[in-house]
Amino acid sequence: MTPADLLAALFPSGHTVVVGPDNIMSGTALATGGTEVAVLGIANATPLSPEIAITLAGQILDILRADDRKPIVLLIDTASQRMTRRDEMLGLYEYLGHLAKVITLAGARGHRTVGILYGTAAAGAFIATTLATQTLIAVDGAHPSVMDLPSIARVTKLPLETLEEKARTTPIFAPGVAPLAATGAVAEIWTAANGDLSHRLATVLAAIPPADDRDQLGAARGGRKLAHDVAEKVAASFAGEAG
Amino acid sequence: MIPQDIAHEPSWYESSARARIDGVLDPGSFTELLGPQCRIMSPHLALFDLPPAFDDGMIVGRGLLDGHPVAVAAQEGQFMGGTFAEVSGAKLVGLLRAAAASAGTSQTVSAVLLLLDTGGVRLQEANAGELAVSETIRAVLAVRQAGIPVIALIGGRAGAFGGGSLVASCCSRIVMTEQGRISVTGPEVIETNKGAEEFDSRDRALVWRVTGGRSRALLGGADRYIRGDVASFRAAARDRANPPAFDIDTMRAEQVRLEKRLERYGDCHDTPEIWARMNLPDPAGISEIDDAAFIERLAATGGAHDAR
Amino acid sequence: METFTIRAQAPRPLPGTRAQAIVGVVASGNLEILLERTGETDAVEITVETASHGYRTVWEAVIADFVARSSPGGIRLSIHDNGARPDTVMLRLMQGTNVLEKQP
Repeated sequence: MTPADLLAALFPSGHTVVVGPDNIMSGTALATGGTEVAVLGIANATPLSPEIAITLAGQILDILRADDRKPIVLLIDTASQRMTRRDEMLGLYEYLGHLAKVITLAGARGHRTVGILYGTAAAGAFIATTLATQTLIAVDGAHPSVMDLPSIARVTKLPLETLEEKARTTPIFAPGVAPLAATGAVAEIWTAANGDLSHRLATVLAAIPPADDRDQLGAARGGRKLAHDVAEKVAASFAGEAG
Repeated sequence: MIPQDIAHEPSWYESSARARIDGVLDPGSFTELLGPQCRIMSPHLALFDLPPAFDDGMIVGRGLLDGHPVAVAAQEGQFMGGTFAEVSGAKLVGLLRAAAASAGTSQTVSAVLLLLDTGGVRLQEANAGELAVSETIRAVLAVRQAGIPVIALIGGRAGAFGGGSLVASCCSRIVMTEQGRISVTGPEVIETNKGAEEFDSRDRALVWRVTGGRSRALLGGADRYIRGDVASFRAAARDRANPPAFDIDTMRAEQVRLEKRLERYGDCHDTPEIWARMNLPDPAGISEIDDAAFIERLAATGGAHDAR
Repeated sequence: METFTIRAQAPRPLPGTRAQAIVGVVASGNLEILLERTGETDAVEITVETASHGYRTVWEAVIADFVARSSPGGIRLSIHDNGARPDTVMLRLMQGTNVLEKQP
């Protein structure tokens, strides 16, 4: 999906969102139902650099300045984090971590945060952007991954065909929307053929933001059966061992 | 070279995760939660014909530090690279959520110590591991919002790579040694994707100059630089004065701090260039001096880095 | 992975009061051993899960030697092995019973 098509589908009542320097998207939009939302994003599968991360974080901090609980919608098509020696030398982890922190802070301060993945997002760039929002939606064209299968094959020293075969039996490592939805990362999958995106967005914006329930979602969908149970057991014994 | 006075003290780098916990906490005070006898293990490694570990490489529990209750989690970097996976990640997330929930109750802890030693996400469980990192970040920030500091201690074999580097950046404080390394993409992966001219991962000095504890401490990517013995980690964990709150003021300060770094050093190609611009004496020699001399030089920079 | 259980009779129960111990790490060329008291006095049960296939007879020899040397009666040992050599295995076994015997 192109940014223009996506914006038109999400905000038929109008928006001011433009794709600016470094493929950073920003503007405001009117959601169906009349709520004004802030829109930020990354276009054209642009790798997440320290510059892009700090610009997005700065724009979110500007939104927080108004203290008006305006919802923030993050439209992401980013590839992976940029892989250069220079970025790592400058502390890329701090830039990505800062972006994740600022998105989380926005949610904590009453801004509904919704991530809409319409292209690729991988590894640290995925964690720092859409995975940091309260609700992650995948639309047509979304391709989330931790690492692509050929790279996993290199690291695990397994033949690609073997990995592809194993990926058919478990959603635990394979890239793509379906496996990530099964593990609880993706809350909802929207396809344009399957109904009006703007109404669905309005419903999500109106919903009370969930606490982090992704492990419960993964258990219910059968893609991550143990995580929630293990976390609960640790928490229960933590309380039991106190004092 | 290892200085004479610490040559016989237990080294953090060489120690197992369990030995590190024992060395940091008050003797005999550690209570493990969901320990090895519970046999809560990865169900996914068998698919890859890999042996599991009884603790999945993550040890969580509570104990005392100077008599004050703390929560502690330690990754075993020697097992599967200390990776975030379904079970290992859930143990950490469960501990953090419990710590946040305990704030203000009789069960509360004075700090959470994260003994990170990780290559990042376990690729055999990539999706579960990636989510575990995201859940960990959210839980770390909830602990901080509850007024409890989260301290990252980094000096293990596996460093803090990938998702582990992002988790570190979300902690209240980062404590590092010379051998500690933090980086999102590992040098080998950058070399594989972009070629040796971008990052020659076999050039160990270069790898350490880019990702190592000294560079991170000088740039503000770590708050504390310590010697690599276990006792120094215990001393650093005890010193928890004025941890930054996770709030709008801290994030604004961090925004300014990180923007300035890009303005000042964004065109540098190697760390000695950055150090020269910081007006450090003998920038080329920073990697060569011993820990005592480095700690002195770091102190001379005024090195307090606010925000986190 | 290859999994098998070896049972033996020890001359004496292992002294000490500690209920369990874990030693070693599942790193390459290494292994971890979880030791637990079963309440029985002379039986020893050792379950091995190993990444190296086809070495059961070597394990049996090492374990027979270990049982004769340390008499770990009343102990269940559970092993995750990632290609450790026999001398490393023996070192960890002795280390494990030593912890159970001597540490509180």
